[in-house]
Amino acid sequence: MANRAIWGALVVLLVIAAAYASFFIAPTENSMGEIQRIFYLHAASGWAGMTAFFVCFVANIFYVLRRKQKYDWMGVSAAEVGLAFTTVLLITGPIWAHPVWGIWWTWDARLTSTFILWMLYIAYLLLRGMVEEPDRRALLSAVFGIFAFIDVPLVFGAIRWWRTQHPQPVIMGGPGSGLEPTMRNVFFFSVLAMHALMVLLLSERYRLEKTRDEFLEVQREAEAG
Amino acid sequence: MKNLDSIFAAYALGWGVFFVFYLSVARRTSALRGEIERLKNSRGK
Repeated sequence: MANRAIWGALVVLLVIAAAYASFFIAPTENSMGEIQRIFYLHAASGWAGMTAFFVCFVANIFYVLRRKQKYDWMGVSAAEVGLAFTTVLLITGPIWAHPVWGIWWTWDARLTSTFILWMLYIAYLLLRGMVEEPDRRALLSAVFGIFAFIDVPLVFGAIRWWRTQHPQPVIMGGPGSGLEPTMRNVFFFSVLAMHALMVLLLSERYRLEKTRDEFLEVQREAEAG
Repeated sequence: MKNLDSIFAAYALGWGVFFVFYLSVARRTSALRGEIERLKNSRGK
């Protein structure tokens, strides 16, 4: 309990420090101005969300191969956490886009593939809600989760393979791309903070699945006599 | 600072989503803990 509280406090401090760096340490971008500061929350949330979906994907593969409950718990936990981060990505994107592009949204390859990703993981959670038998639910959702992850490389590649309204990549974007050194440091610090938050939320969500299992066990015992 | 309202809205909504998610997980866990205690107590009687 004490360890969880300390870990939680550290993560909160890290997120506050990342926000401080985004507002007061990162320089103002020349063409977009102050609004570009949304980038540090927007892109870092996107990266943490994709990592969570990768964890979900790996857990789904392990479940299909080994049929252990803990992989199902990790799969659903990572899907929910990834969905929370992708929701932040989809909220902050239009708020940043509106003053810069003059529109809130456009159906380009990056935005569309991200929206589809968000819908796929909502479908993953809805699917779990529709199947009552636990083993069948775990297997069906694991198979669905493996296929849903196919969209993640598409989201990554969309701004590299096609012309999009969304800006071209500034990280891993090839020659001519990149960030000013202080901006890059603040960005990677924000990525670290968002990943720490993702791990915290994931561990709390996994704990919920363990508690649910404990509840079902006690319920079974109570019903048996 | 231009567009300060948009920056504030983005950060407030972003942190809001994380906070609401954390709260929902904590409440669901706490409700289950309560149910476990209730079942254990009813068995003990």
